[in-house]
Amino acid sequence: MKLRSSPRFALLLLLLAITVLGGCDRGEKLPFQLTDVSGHMPDLDFKLIDDHGKPVTGADYRGKVVVLYFGYTHCPDVCPLTLAQLHVVMQRLGPLADKARILFVSVDPTRDTPTVMRTYVNAFDPRAIGLTGDPRDIEALSKRYRSAYTREPSGKDGNYEVSHSSAIYVFDSKGAARVLSTPSDSQDNLVHDLHLLLDTGTPS
Amino acid sequence: MKSRVLPLLLTGLLTVNSVHATEAQHIHASHAWLRVLPGDLPAGAYVTLENDSDQPAVLSSASSPVYADVMLHKSSSDGGMSRMAMVDSLSVPAHGKAILAPAGYHLMLMKATHPVKPGDTITLNLKFADGSTLATNFLARPANAMDSGP
Repeated sequence: MKLRSSPRFALLLLLLAITVLGGCDRGEKLPFQLTDVSGHMPDLDFKLIDDHGKPVTGADYRGKVVVLYFGYTHCPDVCPLTLAQLHVVMQRLGPLADKARILFVSVDPTRDTPTVMRTYVNAFDPRAIGLTGDPRDIEALSKRYRSAYTREPSGKDGNYEVSHSSAIYVFDSKGAARVLSTPSDSQDNLVHDLHLLLDTGTPS
Repeated sequence: MKSRVLPLLLTGLLTVNSVHATEAQHIHASHAWLRVLPGDLPAGAYVTLENDSDQPAVLSSASSPVYADVMLHKSSSDGGMSRMAMVDSLSVPAHGKAILAPAGYHLMLMKATHPVKPGDTITLNLKFADGSTLATNFLARPANAMDSGP
């Protein structure tokens, strides 16, 4: 289609821009209980592989409130605990949870294939999606949110342990970073803040 | 005649035994459960250990007929990072308790000899510093369980 440069079209573009920007403005100040990171962290953006082996980007999750958490499947204690807690949070949200997605990003892509990720996240919650991918793409996403991870060899069998950021990042349905939750924060606060985002979230 | 000596003898033995009771004999285990993860992923096992002795007991290792590898681990979180480290032992204080629970001390179970399903009961042999062991039944719970259950 050819771009028309009529004044009417320019006006339409302007109106569209105002609507888009206005939309952001409306969602600005919310009485969050967790650490409000609105405007301080970049929008949700990545290039990874989902648990069906399909390439995905952050834009694929627009329209959903996203709960982002980094971990790996060979983590017997803290990662399953966090995902189990997020499952409880989803249950507490009731039908609203259908507009939310838990994105569990592996920092151990060598062992965490899409198939491994799918069986893993499905054991926790139907709204959880496992993401893996090229180590460089995972590193890029992790750096984007100032999240870190390291791999430490732990001896026999070529096994290694991974230390990783324990933070949970929450994005609104437009992909804007809104709150940050840490293990010391209460589950009630996360439920409260997700309610705020899901109640005001534009249906799309 | 014999029947009168035997009870005395037994009482004597019991007295000696309670003085020299093993660490395991003074430990009471409760809330024992493990989290079943898909495939052959390592699982975490949790338990509360209570010690009714005047002496501390030291949990030094554990083993299981179902898992080839069992290790005592501790998760910690500092500076916004979660990490996991192997620990050599865990002391159960005299007349006190030690809690193995998610995000703290746990037993890491690896290489299951057969698939473990939620609802199964798995025996772990908890070994103490004096060499004594306590066979404890752990309830296998689903991946998204929060605790030992009702």
